[in-house]
Amino acid sequence: MSQQTVSSQQAPGAPRSGRLPKINPVFFVLAALLVAITLSNPNFVEPTGYMNFLKRAAPLAILAAGQIYVIVSGGFDLSVGSLITLTVVGSSMLLNNNADATWWVIPIMYAVGLAVGVVNGLVVSFLRVPSLIATLGMMITLNGAAFMWSSGSPRGYLPETFRFFGRVNIQGIPLIQFLPVALLVMLAAGSYLFWLMHRTNLGRMLHAIGDNPRAAQMSGVPIERVRITAFVVSSLSAVTAGILLGGFAGVSTDVGVGYELQAITACVIGGAQLLGGRGSVPASIAGALTLTAIFTLLNFIGLPKPVRDVVQGVILIVAVVLATYRRNRAGGT
Amino acid sequence: MNTPSPVIEMRAITKSFPGVKALKGVSFAAYPGEVHALAGENGAGKSTLMKILSGVYRLDDGAVVVGGEERHFTHPLEAIRAGIAVIYQEFSLLPERTVAQNIFLGREPTRFGLVDHRAMNREARRVLSLFGSAHRIEADTVVADLDVASQQLVEIAKAVSLDVRVIVMDEPTAALNETECEVLFSLVDTLKKRDVAIIYITHRMREITRLADRVTVLKDGETAVSFDEVPEPDAIVRAMVGRDIGDFYAAPATPQEIGDIVLSVRHGGNDRLRNISFDLRAGEVVGIAGLQGAERVALAKAIFGISPFTEGEVMLAGKSARFNHPRDAIRAGIGLLPGDRKAEGLVLMQSVTDNGMLTARALSALAGRADATAFATTEEMDGLLQDLDVRAGSFSQEIKALSGGNQQKAIVARWLALAPRLLIFIEPTRGIDVNAKAGIYHLMRDLARKGTAIMMISSDLPEVLGAADRILVMRGGELVAAFPRGVSEADVMLAATGEEAVAA
Repeated sequence: MSQQTVSSQQAPGAPRSGRLPKINPVFFVLAALLVAITLSNPNFVEPTGYMNFLKRAAPLAILAAGQIYVIVSGGFDLSVGSLITLTVVGSSMLLNNNADATWWVIPIMYAVGLAVGVVNGLVVSFLRVPSLIATLGMMITLNGAAFMWSSGSPRGYLPETFRFFGRVNIQGIPLIQFLPVALLVMLAAGSYLFWLMHRTNLGRMLHAIGDNPRAAQMSGVPIERVRITAFVVSSLSAVTAGILLGGFAGVSTDVGVGYELQAITACVIGGAQLLGGRGSVPASIAGALTLTAIFTLLNFIGLPKPVRDVVQGVILIVAVVLATYRRNRAGGT
Repeated sequence: MNTPSPVIEMRAITKSFPGVKALKGVSFAAYPGEVHALAGENGAGKSTLMKILSGVYRLDDGAVVVGGEERHFTHPLEAIRAGIAVIYQEFSLLPERTVAQNIFLGREPTRFGLVDHRAMNREARRVLSLFGSAHRIEADTVVADLDVASQQLVEIAKAVSLDVRVIVMDEPTAALNETECEVLFSLVDTLKKRDVAIIYITHRMREITRLADRVTVLKDGETAVSFDEVPEPDAIVRAMVGRDIGDFYAAPATPQEIGDIVLSVRHGGNDRLRNISFDLRAGEVVGIAGLQGAERVALAKAIFGISPFTEGEVMLAGKSARFNHPRDAIRAGIGLLPGDRKAEGLVLMQSVTDNGMLTARALSALAGRADATAFATTEEMDGLLQDLDVRAGSFSQEIKALSGGNQQKAIVARWLALAPRLLIFIEPTRGIDVNAKAGIYHLMRDLARKGTAIMMISSDLPEVLGAADRILVMRGGELVAAFPRGVSEADVMLAATGEEAVAA
């Protein structure tokens, strides 16, 4: 879905194949779900309704926008959920209820994220461990680390200075009344990751190595560097998501559980090719919003958490099947 | 001439794809014990016609008649059950399985419910021996360890073991060298004697003259001409191209056009190459000839840093140039067009422009703008693609849908953007139609005129002789002979096979 990247419509010698600009179906699905939510709960069109929805979706959206980097490059990053946990737990340990420590704790958390991403990338690139296994190992390691650090009983508070990002709403904005900081963070991270994926050489290199690593290498693509960058982007997005989640979910050792699969599901709903070579940041964010909207709807209907899990699993499979079906039909031979 | 009834008959076949009418009422028949050659440029509709016959595509209009009965295949398996086998250019073998396992895939002989490997290997050897290949291919070899020619023989053996009545061969010699071609030709003769009907798709006149009993030429989805006896090659070529092809190869370099030494290798070697010494000059097209296994590609890979030289000295424009990574070689000004475009050249899901821009972007800063690299902007790339006459609905469409010739030109554009000193072409015209071939030869010559050194590795000997200014011959990882332009095919073959002492 790199529809924005290259726009070369001139090829006068050849017949134009009358193509309409293709809109990713995820946007229609999302729109339909938002209508459904509004019908079942008219309050949703009030700022408190949709702003809280966006605020709740922001961590997953950022996570999906990072995960798509790894997926496009032909891998998976399963370590992001436990990195979220480590961010929340680690921050609470370092902060130790000291509101003035936030300014240095956050950079430390990003440094941890950077290290995690680099290690993931190095293990996958140089030790040739499949990313699924490498990041699974990292996931278990980080979960254990979070547990050890907090001795199993994390301290229950994060100071307001830290919770600012995930929790605070900026009041008094005309028309929309208030604006959550989390939404601003999502927009900023989303725009930056959009630019990096769809406007820079890095983005094209990610697509190339996910599509055909051998051809990419023989064309001079610095495969290892690109792949490591993908894992670093994913890890840094996880730290960002962790900071937001710490803001409104509080401290526990299971705060990040399941987020890695939700992020992958969101990317797939957004039409990403599971083995690499194709994927879009806006569509992945839309996928995250879609997933959150589905959960919201199930909540309104009053279905319990296990049902949500079942639904998420089914959605993941259906999305992959649909994507494959669409590609086969479009692909010709 | 008595006319037996055809094994298969295709009547007034019509087939459209979105935006293209691929076949417009084409009729075609194949007779038992005969070779019916199907010629035509890429995009003429040959593959589409054969895919309808083999059940890959469904026809829009017309009829397929097999053994006097009209059939509507909806799946390739149905065609195979009806006795029609297709050997595609891209092999469908499983590389990690043995020869025998591939031949009997899905219908392994069993004993007490388990696969009877011994019986399977025995039967595989029997099939291979039918056409005298049992000695060169062991039934229990893993397919990935075979060279391309042997893989092709396995593919054919698989079809033969199915007792098919019709075998479609899609450019079977594209990857074969002279001796291997002869093996294939005698195999075709054997199949004819067994009353198999063979549909033989090729661009090469020599093969048509040697093998065919009938010839049909397709052009733009229609039957251009159909001969019941094989005519002069010129008549076929005219029907294919629609013009004479006197200027098929570009004119050779004049002495003034040949410039300074660009690449010089002295005593280069690695585990596949021994004592390689040669020079490549600006403005010169040098062809590398040799049989399969002569390690010509290993030489290209050594220069390009994929499997580097471990000994000897390499100089590029006066600087030491023993590279350990393609990226370093590219930075120094070497480009390489791989022989297996799909596996090593193309990123198939990306657009034509993206494929052209790949190397320009790879050598630029990661965070730099993708549409304006230091080497080319996307507009410049699109202009370049247009200059090379790359035919696509739009350059933003996936490159997957383009023909082989257009894909190859897009890869050429990739390198042109970098303005390399040395460009290595490996099998540059494999699977490319006649007109596009001429285009590639002229393109190579144009590049040489602009001062690029061109090294061309090809298994198509007439192509090497026609397009190169100088011919180097390799055998068993060594350079064994060097010839000027105008050398005879026989002399090159002698050097390549090593059957006689060689005078350079």
